[in-house]
Amino acid sequence: MWEYAPAPEARETARLRSSYGMFIDGEFSESSAESLKTVNPATEEVLAEVAVAAPADVDRAVAAARTAYERTWGPMPGAERAKYLFRIARLVQERSRELAVLESLDNGKPIRESRDVDVPLAAAHFFYHAGWADKLAYAVPGRPDPTPLGVAGQVIPWNFPLLMAAWKLAPALAAGNTCVLKPAETTPLTALVLAEICQQADLPPGVVNVLPGAGETGAAVVGHPGVDKVAFTGSTEVGRQIQRTLAGTGRRLTLELGGKAANVVLEDAPMDQAVEGIVNGIFFNQGHVCCAGSRLLVQESVYDDLLGRLKRRLATLRLGDPLDKNTDIGAINSAGQLARIRELSASGDAEGAQRWSPPCPLPDRGFWFPPTLFTGVSQAHRIAREEIFGPVLSVLTFRTPAEAVEKANNTPYGLSAGVWTEKGSRVLWLAQRLRAGVVWANTFNRFDPAAPFGGYKESGFGREGGRHGLEAYLDA
Amino acid sequence: MTTHAAAPGLGTYADVVRDNAALRQFLHGLPGVDQVGAEGRAAALATRSIKKDAKIWALETAIRMVDLTTLEGADTHGKVRNLAAKARRPDPADPGCPAVAAVCVYPDLVSTAVEALAGSGVGVAAVATAFPSGRASRSVKLADVAEAVAAGATEIDMVIDRGAFLSGRYLDVYDEIAAVRQVTGRAHLKVILETGELATLDNTRRASWLALLAGGDFIKTSTGKVSPAATPPVALVMLEAVRDYADATGEPRGVKLAGGIRTSKEAVRYLVLVNEVAGERWLTPELFRFGASSLLNDLLMQRAKERTGVYTGPDYVTVD
Amino acid sequence: MRKTYKLYVGGAFVRSESGRSYPVRTPDGAFLANAARASRKDVRDAVRAARAAFRAWSAATAYNRGQVLYRVAELMEGRRAQLVAEVAAAEGVPAERAEASVDAAVDRWVWYAGWPDKIAQVFGASNAVAGPYVTFSVPEPAGVVGVLAPRASALLGLVSVVAPVLAAGNACVVVAAPDRPLPGVTLAEVLATADLPGGVVNLLTGHTAELAPWLASHQDVNGLDLTGADVEQRTALEVTAADTVKRIPRVRPGEPDWTADPGTTRLTAFLETKTIWHPAGV
Repeated sequence: MWEYAPAPEARETARLRSSYGMFIDGEFSESSAESLKTVNPATEEVLAEVAVAAPADVDRAVAAARTAYERTWGPMPGAERAKYLFRIARLVQERSRELAVLESLDNGKPIRESRDVDVPLAAAHFFYHAGWADKLAYAVPGRPDPTPLGVAGQVIPWNFPLLMAAWKLAPALAAGNTCVLKPAETTPLTALVLAEICQQADLPPGVVNVLPGAGETGAAVVGHPGVDKVAFTGSTEVGRQIQRTLAGTGRRLTLELGGKAANVVLEDAPMDQAVEGIVNGIFFNQGHVCCAGSRLLVQESVYDDLLGRLKRRLATLRLGDPLDKNTDIGAINSAGQLARIRELSASGDAEGAQRWSPPCPLPDRGFWFPPTLFTGVSQAHRIAREEIFGPVLSVLTFRTPAEAVEKANNTPYGLSAGVWTEKGSRVLWLAQRLRAGVVWANTFNRFDPAAPFGGYKESGFGREGGRHGLEAYLDA
Repeated sequence: MTTHAAAPGLGTYADVVRDNAALRQFLHGLPGVDQVGAEGRAAALATRSIKKDAKIWALETAIRMVDLTTLEGADTHGKVRNLAAKARRPDPADPGCPAVAAVCVYPDLVSTAVEALAGSGVGVAAVATAFPSGRASRSVKLADVAEAVAAGATEIDMVIDRGAFLSGRYLDVYDEIAAVRQVTGRAHLKVILETGELATLDNTRRASWLALLAGGDFIKTSTGKVSPAATPPVALVMLEAVRDYADATGEPRGVKLAGGIRTSKEAVRYLVLVNEVAGERWLTPELFRFGASSLLNDLLMQRAKERTGVYTGPDYVTVD
Repeated sequence: MRKTYKLYVGGAFVRSESGRSYPVRTPDGAFLANAARASRKDVRDAVRAARAAFRAWSAATAYNRGQVLYRVAELMEGRRAQLVAEVAAAEGVPAERAEASVDAAVDRWVWYAGWPDKIAQVFGASNAVAGPYVTFSVPEPAGVVGVLAPRASALLGLVSVVAPVLAAGNACVVVAAPDRPLPGVTLAEVLATADLPGGVVNLLTGHTAELAPWLASHQDVNGLDLTGADVEQRTALEVTAADTVKRIPRVRPGEPDWTADPGTTRLTAFLETKTIWHPAGV
C-alpha cells in the first residue's frame, strides 16, 4: 500500500489577518454597521472578521466610483488604463501563492485548483483585458467610438471568489467604467486582497470599490440609482430578482446564472478521456460550478463499460484537506450549501434513483460530501432538473444522437454542454443542436479570457470573456 | 505458420487473430485516445506531491524496478561486469539498498552478465530481434533470441516490426511476436513498441493490445534509440492497456518504460501514474520496470538525501 | 370588395379563437375595417406555432434564409400600391409620404435579407485560447421572440422590428400596432406567399396591453421587444418577463425615427453566442 504522505501548503503563506475592512475610494475602512465572520469550511474555524457594507457604505462607494469615473478613470486615455491593468495582472502573479492558499482556506477548494486554475486564470483575465483598453474601437463591429457606461455594480458568487472578481473587474475597467464589487458573504477574502493589489498598482481611488456583505449589501448595490450597469453571477433565483429590480430603469444588466449541463457520451467516445471529462465536469471544485456537467447522458450501448470505468476512477479521488497538494476534492463551501446537496440527494433516493459513492471517509469537522453518482435517473427526477451545485452526478441514458440532443436540451437552463465522440461530423452536428452557451467537445470545464462564456435561456444573458464580454461594458 | 498456439490465455480473443482483417477490426475498434485529454490527465497526475515516507518507499521501489542498461556499440565484457556489480549493490555504502531488477545488454554479452550476476537474483535481459531497428529476416531474429536464451538470458526485450505495423500488416507483427514467444522458453518476453515511431497514442494503444494478445509478458515503450521515448501520455495509454487487458482476461501483464528517464522526480511521477491508472497491484518489479542507466544514480542520491537529510553529489555514487 | 383581416398564426389566416373583432379607423375616425381581436389563447397558439417553426428556420442555411427574406421584399414591392394605400389610410399621411414609407420598408427588408450569411463572420469569433484547443464562438438565434410592434409607423416600423428578428434566425409572435394593424396583415399575406415557413412569423392584431402580459409571462418565449408596449405597462412587463430571464433590449422613450440607419442593434438583440471548444491533437 503506497499512502501519499500529507503534502500541505503552509497556511502562513496566506498572510491571513484577523480582520478585513471594506475598500472604498482607495482606502480600507471599518464598517459603519456590523461585521461578518468568514469560516474555513474544511474546519469550521473562524478565519477573520470582515466589515459588512451597510447602505450608507454603498452610497459612499457608488459616489466614489462616480467621481473616479468622471474625473480620473473615464477621461484617462485607454493606453494609460491598460498599464494599470497589466500591473494588476503582474501583481496577481507575484502574489499567486498567497492568493491560492487564502482562496483554499476561505472557499474550501483544493489548493491544486486554486493554484493551477483560479489564480492563473484571474491574472490572465487582467492581462487579456488590459490589451483591450486602448483598442475599444475594434470591440464592437460597426461602432468605432464606443463609450463606457459609468459605474458598474457587480455581485459575484462564492465558487470562484478571486476569478469571478477578475471576470467582472477586468472588462469593466478596460472599457473605462468604475466598479463597486460585492464578493460573496462566505468568501470575501481574496477580493479584499485584490483590492490591496489595486492599491499597490496605484489604481486611482474610487476606480475599484469592494464591499463585503450578504444579500442585503448585494441588493443595495444592484438597486442603487447611481449604478449604470449591473453584472451578476449566481443563482437563477437571485438573477430573476435582480432583473425585476432593474425592470423599467433602462440600466444595463448581464446575468450569468445556474445550469444543469448535459455531458453527452456517445458510443464512439475516447472512453478514458471521457471518464476524465466526466470527473472534471462534476467534481471540479466540488461541483460548485454553474457550468458543471451534472447530467451524464450515456449511449446505452456503452453504458456498462463506461459506468465501470467511472466508478473505478471515482475510487481514486482523494477527498480531504484543501491545502494538501494531493487533494482532489475539498470541502463544501458552507453548511447551507451542504444542506441543499443533502436535501436534493435525498430526493434522488426518494424518487427511486440508485446512489453510489466510493469508499470515502469524511473528516469529522467541516462541511463534506463524498463524490456521488446516481444511476437509474430519469428526466423527471429533481436531481435531473434542479441545480445541485455539489459533487453529485445524475446518470441518464439515450439510444440515438437525436435523443441525446432532445434530453440535453430538455431543461430551462442553457449554460453549457459536453459532447464526447471521436467522429468529427458528429461533434459538429451535436454542437449545432445543443442549446447552450458553451459546448465542450471532447473536453470539459475549459475557461479562457479570450473565449466568451455565458448562457442561453434561464442561464442568463450577456457574455463574459472575449470581445463579446467587453461589449457588455460599452455603450455602443 | 499457425498463430493460435503461441497465444496462451487468448481465450475470448482467439477469434480476433484469425486473419489480418479481423485483427485490424479489433484494434481499430478499441476506444480512441484523445491526445490532449491524455496529456492533460498525465500532467494532472504529475502535480502529485510525494513526500517523506511515501517518497522513500517510491525511491526504493523504483530502484528495485530498474533494468540497468548498457546498449552501446562500445560495450565490453569489462563494462558489463562493472554494471553487474552495480546492479547487485547499487549503493556500496549501504547494504540495505535493494538490488535492481535486471541488467539489460546486447545478446553477445549475455553470458558475461549471467556469470557476473550468478546467485544475485538480478535478472539478465537481452535486447534481441535485430535491436533496435528490427530490420532483419525472421530467421535471423529468431536465432538472435534463441542464442540469448541459450546464453542464460532470463528476459528478452524484442522489437516489433514498426514498418509492418504502420502499413497495417498487424497479423505479421502478431505472428512475429508469437514466434519469438515460442523460442523464449521460460524467459520473460518484453515487447518494445517503439512508440516514438508509432507517432500517435491511438497506435500506442493498438500496438499495446497487439503485443498483449500475442503473448508479451511486458509491453515496453522504446529502444532508447529513438526520440521521443517514454513520455507520461504514452505511459498512461500503455498502463490503461494492461489494466483493461487484466480486466478482460484476469491476467496482469507488465509495462516497461525506457529511454530518457534520468531523474528521481520523473520516476516518482511515473509511479504515481502506475498507482492511479493501472492500480497498486502494478507497483512491483514483476509488473513495472524502468529501463535506464543514469536514473539509478539519481535515485541513489535522492534516497541518501531522504535518509541523511543532506544533499549529496555525484562523487558519492559510483560511476560504472 | 372589402377585405377580411384575420390573424396570421402557424402559416394560416384565422379568426381569433375568441371570436372577437374590433373596428379599425383612420386617424380621422373613418371606419376602415374590422380586425380580429386576438386573445391570450391566440397568443398561446402563436407561441406554439413559432416554437415549432423555429427549429427548421434556425437550422436552414443562412443563404436560404437570405433568399426567403429577399423574396419577401420582392413580393412587397409587387403589392406596393395596396401597401401605400393602406399605410396612407392607417397613418393618415399623404400618398407621397406613404410611398416613401413603403419604399423604405422594402429597402429595409432588402438590407436585412443580406445579413443572414454575414452575421457569423461579423459577430462570431475565433478565440485564441492558451491551450491546445480550437475555440470559436458562433452567433445563434435566441429562439421565440415576442415583438410589440411600434404604434405609429404601421409598415416601416413593423418591418424594422420584425426583419432583424428573422434575419438572425428567430421565430416571432408579433402584436401589430393596435390602431394601425391593417398594413401588418397585408404584410402577413406577403409572408404567407414568400416561402417563409408557416409559424416563423405570427401576427396578432388586437389590444397590445391585453396581449403583452401573456407574451411576457409565457415560459416558451425567449425574448421580448417592447418597442410598442404601453409606456405605463413596460415596467410590469419587464418584471413579469424576469420570471423566465427573457432577453429584453433597451427601449428608448417615444417612437424611434424609422428612417434613420438601423445599425445592427436590432439584428444582435436576440442573438446568443455559443462558444465551442475542441482539442487539437493527433
